[in-house]
Amino acid sequence: MRFIFKTSYNQDIQLFRDKVDLGWYVALVVAVLAVPFLLSDYSVGETSWVFIYGICGVSLMTLVGYTGLVSLGHAAFLGIGAYAHAYFLEHGMPWVPSVVLAVLITTVCGFVVGLPALRMTGLYLSIATLAFAVIIQEVFSHWESVTHGFAGMPVGPPTIFGFSFAGSREFYYLCLFFLVLALWVTRNLLRAPTGRAWIAIRDSEIAAQSMGVNLAIYKSMAFAYSAGLMGLAGALFAHKIAYLAPDIFTILLSIQFLLLVIVGGLGSLHGAVFGAIFVALLPPLIAILRDGLPASFADLSTSTGIGLFHIVGDAIGNFLKKPGVEAGIFGLILVLVILLEPLGMYGRWVKIRVFFSTFPLYKADSFKRQKSYMKTERLR
Amino acid sequence: MSLFAAEEIAINFGGIKAVDGVSFAIEKGEVFTIIGPNGAGKTTIFNLMSRIYDPTSGRLKFEGQDITRVAPHRIAKLGIARTFQNIELFEHASLLQNLLLARHAHKKSNFFSELLFLPSVRRMEIEHREAVEQVIDFLDLQQYRDTLIVNLPYGVRKVTELARALCTKPKLLLLDEPSSGLNVEETEDMAFWIQDIKNLLGITVLMVEHDMTLVSSVSDRVLAINYGRPLAMGTPREVQSHPEVMRAYLGG
Repeated sequence: MRFIFKTSYNQDIQLFRDKVDLGWYVALVVAVLAVPFLLSDYSVGETSWVFIYGICGVSLMTLVGYTGLVSLGHAAFLGIGAYAHAYFLEHGMPWVPSVVLAVLITTVCGFVVGLPALRMTGLYLSIATLAFAVIIQEVFSHWESVTHGFAGMPVGPPTIFGFSFAGSREFYYLCLFFLVLALWVTRNLLRAPTGRAWIAIRDSEIAAQSMGVNLAIYKSMAFAYSAGLMGLAGALFAHKIAYLAPDIFTILLSIQFLLLVIVGGLGSLHGAVFGAIFVALLPPLIAILRDGLPASFADLSTSTGIGLFHIVGDAIGNFLKKPGVEAGIFGLILVLVILLEPLGMYGRWVKIRVFFSTFPLYKADSFKRQKSYMKTERLR
Repeated sequence: MSLFAAEEIAINFGGIKAVDGVSFAIEKGEVFTIIGPNGAGKTTIFNLMSRIYDPTSGRLKFEGQDITRVAPHRIAKLGIARTFQNIELFEHASLLQNLLLARHAHKKSNFFSELLFLPSVRRMEIEHREAVEQVIDFLDLQQYRDTLIVNLPYGVRKVTELARALCTKPKLLLLDEPSSGLNVEETEDMAFWIQDIKNLLGITVLMVEHDMTLVSSVSDRVLAINYGRPLAMGTPREVQSHPEVMRAYLGG
């Protein structure tokens, strides 16, 4: 067990708790930087999805996990960022200004969508964002002069200052850079008055207001900031997917983002990254199982001479080929997480860490939630 | 000139006159208490003062300035802080974060400098922290600094609310039933703290309270109300023996 002896206020403001913590993060960064040299091109490509989803996760985490405003329409912001970026690139704008403009446009859209958030809370706000997402999807399909509608919009690989990021390794590093940037600025906000104001709004609007937080400004700020990050993710998303069509940015994608932050663990940036790993890597994992399981079970069957293995393998393979299985598995995991681990993967991670740091004195009840009956619904 | 003055304030919720023409003036440096049976409109007066409700009529004045139409989030900056009857802390944040948030009214950094966490932001954060630490010292909350509010016992939460209000550096402190839910010993501590707040920190206190022992031991003046109407005003002893007040509490 490690105790941190605090001697200055700065220690509570640092990005990393102490040198040991910093050491772990350096090790993580080295590992992540080394990945492209260890994995195949395909795997590196799949891993860059983790980073793009990671940015989406950070975006939604600030809004849902920290400000407590649930949005069901974040795929729309992703789409706006992606289409804006693709449009500017198509018209010959260099990469950097194009991304900056795309982020600015989504930020403004986020601010506008955030305005009704001042009057609506909870479910009503979610429905409003849902409606927004549906409208935006219609705009994508009908504003053909910009989006080319259902004909689709091809997006080439990014070229920044003459350097091409066409290779999957180069693109991996580009996405990684932006994820780290997004994490850093968000962490900065969260340890500053703005982040505290967001957390205050999440936990008690009335107290936040009485302490001097302007609810209107901070709520729209959260929406705008979250949308801006989504726009950034959208720009990278456009390159990654290479071909934009309106039916990519559906409600299902918005729900997947929500799933990401809930499974990852609401109220922590670690959770956003954990959730991104989960959401980005589950589909390829299912695909690998679908293609690989029947064959390996067949091998097992011939080597052991038990025909049952063959049948079981084929059954699993056929099941995974059924349409909608992926969504079903996502849904099942979401339900299980909410039931068994409301704090998500990050919550589980904290428990494991505490288990090892207090070994062998860990008590299973350390994290048992205390029931409280005091939360008032008055003045809401 | 009094620090705070309410002039004939009234508010109706539909047909119910929750507060119906109450006037009082709080002098600088005193502890002023409002008492009354349940539903008398005490908390409503607090909510009018912290501008959560708009009064139907009447005026509120703070340091001679009319604050009847000031936005609720500007009240803290003016120097009025409050606690809530049913604890309204930020439950999933640490005690320290709760207190730091109370420094919000004094924030000087802007969004973009916070985005990059410039040295100026760090400097401001440390200044806020120093202010918060003084309050932590004052109320003996050192051991709970990094504990999440959800994990704190009720008594400590109550003190944390008081601490949070003090962190805004108020001139007028509104305490909504500071002793509710506290045991005898904790209530005595609360009485000492309220006296210290008045004498050491020089903060004027307006309090709503049911515990008459606490009221008599700390209050300079007491206002009794019932059905949104004032009944009596004076020293705790005078008000307690006032026939109208006795009738309101005991019936008859």
